[in-house]
Amino acid sequence: MTTIDVQAGRLSQEQLSENFSDSHPPLNSGNAIVEANRCYFCFDAPCIDACPTAIDIPNFIRKISTGNLKGSARDIFSQNIMGGMCARVCPTETLCEGACVRETQDHQPVRIGELQRYATDSYLETSETFFERAESSGKKIAVVGGGPAGLSCAHRLAVLGHHAVVFEAREKLSGLNEYGIAAYKTVNDFAQREVDFILKIGGIEIRTNQRLGQDVKLEDLRQEFDAVFLSVGLGDVNSLGLESEEIAGVYDAVDTILELRQSVNLAELSVGRRVIVIGGGSTAIDIAVQSKKLGAEDVTLAYRRGPEQMNATWKEQEFAQTNGVRVKHWVAPKSLRSENGHVTGIEFECMELNPEGKLRGTGEFRHMEADVVFKAIGQLLEDSVFSGSEMPAIEGGKINVNLEFETSLPGVWAGGDCVGSGEDLTVQSVEDGKQAALSIHRRLK
Amino acid sequence: MADLSCNVAGIKAPNPFWLASAPPTDKLYNVERAFRAGWGGVVWKTLGIDPPIVNVSSRYGAVHYNGQRMMGFNNVELITDRPLEDNLQDIKKIKKDWPDRAVVVSLMVPCTEKDWQFIINKIEDTGCDGVELNFGCPHGMSERGMGSAVGQVPEYIEMVTRWVKECTDLPCLVKLTPNVADICHAANAAKAGGGDGVALINTVNSIVSVDLDLMAPEPTIDGKGSHGGYCGPAVKPIALHMVTEIAKATETKNLPISAIGGISNWRDAAEFIAMGAAGVQVCTAVMHYGFKIVDDMIDGLNNWMDEKGYETLEDFRGIAVPNVTEWQFLNLKYDIKARIDESTCIHCGLCHISCEDASHQAIRIIKENGDRRFEVIDKECVGCNLCMFACPVPDCITMERVDSGTEYQNWTTHENNPMRVEEN
Repeated sequence: MTTIDVQAGRLSQEQLSENFSDSHPPLNSGNAIVEANRCYFCFDAPCIDACPTAIDIPNFIRKISTGNLKGSARDIFSQNIMGGMCARVCPTETLCEGACVRETQDHQPVRIGELQRYATDSYLETSETFFERAESSGKKIAVVGGGPAGLSCAHRLAVLGHHAVVFEAREKLSGLNEYGIAAYKTVNDFAQREVDFILKIGGIEIRTNQRLGQDVKLEDLRQEFDAVFLSVGLGDVNSLGLESEEIAGVYDAVDTILELRQSVNLAELSVGRRVIVIGGGSTAIDIAVQSKKLGAEDVTLAYRRGPEQMNATWKEQEFAQTNGVRVKHWVAPKSLRSENGHVTGIEFECMELNPEGKLRGTGEFRHMEADVVFKAIGQLLEDSVFSGSEMPAIEGGKINVNLEFETSLPGVWAGGDCVGSGEDLTVQSVEDGKQAALSIHRRLK
Repeated sequence: MADLSCNVAGIKAPNPFWLASAPPTDKLYNVERAFRAGWGGVVWKTLGIDPPIVNVSSRYGAVHYNGQRMMGFNNVELITDRPLEDNLQDIKKIKKDWPDRAVVVSLMVPCTEKDWQFIINKIEDTGCDGVELNFGCPHGMSERGMGSAVGQVPEYIEMVTRWVKECTDLPCLVKLTPNVADICHAANAAKAGGGDGVALINTVNSIVSVDLDLMAPEPTIDGKGSHGGYCGPAVKPIALHMVTEIAKATETKNLPISAIGGISNWRDAAEFIAMGAAGVQVCTAVMHYGFKIVDDMIDGLNNWMDEKGYETLEDFRGIAVPNVTEWQFLNLKYDIKARIDESTCIHCGLCHISCEDASHQAIRIIKENGDRRFEVIDKECVGCNLCMFACPVPDCITMERVDSGTEYQNWTTHENNPMRVEEN
């Protein structure tokens, strides 16, 4: 008989608050100036191309070096209204910093993300906004989903003089920024402070607890509004496809992250002594590290391929490892073991690539014991959002859009994680929303 | 190991690295620490006639550049604020304890023969190795008819130097102000007055910055500021030029020079010595980093001299001077072109944009398969060096000589020169 060890309060309050403090503390003014001066101010800089929102990075950095923080923040926010959040959550090592010429030169890129945070934080403290609404266009646009894509779209629409109504399924705005990102990346309620900043422009009406397909129908929105922007994200999760996946102790990582983010007392959260996370993306890293930080003794992140194929960047993998997470590559779950309806472990098969580069099992098996198993193997578009309405064309499990972010339905645009515009990143969603707003604006003129 | 010993106008020291007359040399405590660290000599903080001067609070201003602290530095401090007798006791003791090191005493008193005789008599029995006449400070004392007020008038330099030489046999260095149109007049006057050598440069007149909230110059003293003396790495090129002018002028070419001005390391020192200096004096670098920097100065100069085969400072002193010529004699046939090393290029584009916006549009961007590279258009490249300096990668851009190397023509005979001399 295996003892299942799942309990709350493994660590003291002090230890928990230390573990869940800012994982990358902000630069101070001295460090920021030294770092800003490392930027070469490249001509037609490669970092700009690497940023999905095309922030003029050398220019905002130069403004930090001269003490023009307001101008610096304006350069950032005018391209990316969530420049503050993106500074915290972007995998900069594969975006701007990956393209930095100093990375090419000596693998010491300018710390662009941290500088962006420095500039944006300093402006957000002023409680001002650069943005003013254009004269009212009289047009009303429904924005469905108040995450990064939706808020970015609504903000740009407001700038252009339109009236945006945001329908949000949950209690709070900001989507994954609020509900789906590790707590130590965005401390001090930053997601909601950012929402306040975005809404300061005015002209954005918020309706929370309005789930598409349930509380509102796409059909009705199309009737009532001049345009509709869908930014509903991915509400469903992939399953492992194993028998009895519903047993106790097996969770979807996104649910637990949500619970953790909304928790007022981390000491009350239950955490397993031995935790296995299945997956290889940011969500897998986030739940693995947070489990460790909540006091789990052994946390193993199991991924069926190698480190290069992981969606999590090398830096995220390193972050997990330095936080005590064991990363086990080339293992795929084959069956769950349980006792009395509670998971006790997983049987994995070792994996390899065949000569054609296809993944295959080697026939060798490994057993790992676990008190808790997290599934973090990707999210899916929720079918129910279109119930009772005509569905837009779907391709590869996502809403199909053209270069203008228009769906197959007239008057309906879409962006963010629910479309296949690029990687599922906050920064990509912000760009989608911005571009869709510009497209809607062009169409409504 | 090379022999680093130096002889500046008859003042000998185990190495050419002396501390300039300034706060680091204003009392026994500091100077003892300096000697222990390895400094070859000191020029004591300038003495005056009692009662001592008083200083203000908030004395220094600084120019930080691109995160580098104290690229330039200025001060509104005056000469020593300690009683004369205290200084004399300290000087006597330090010379007794460190007989092999150079101890030179800087002096500044009102412009009367009596005052100069008085101060010389006072310092004679300290055992010091020489005196330095401070005709340089551009602030505070100059308004009282001392410092640069003397240094800016060659006749005064000559007169005071003569007074001093008439009442002492101690070697006498005359410290010059750079705040003049032509340093050679001052050097000539020092020589004519019997000075044994010159020390330069003193600080450059300056206002380093303006506090944009107080709307006052910095350093700000209770809402006001005043011009001060500028020094530090930023002034080195000015000092190097002035030293060179004296070293190459017919009248002063053999006049010993103690070089001062932004010297921060052995390489700076070697440059000044190659331009004729017999020794150097350092201040700002010590005010920034402390006395320990002399370790690398001695060590670095030694290693470099060994590598080059120079056994003494005299082996390379002044050997760059003949290569300083006038523009009109530069070879117009010499031709260099920029060469970009593709293997180390990081594609920052600074060579392109600097040439494109500010020079000769001689570097084009070639875009291929999503990458870019930069190519020099030889026909347009004038060999100005701008791209090489803008490039952040060491040795990525070099300049290659492309002329035959055998032709020579200078401006004096060039056809575009209306004043040309006809060649036969």
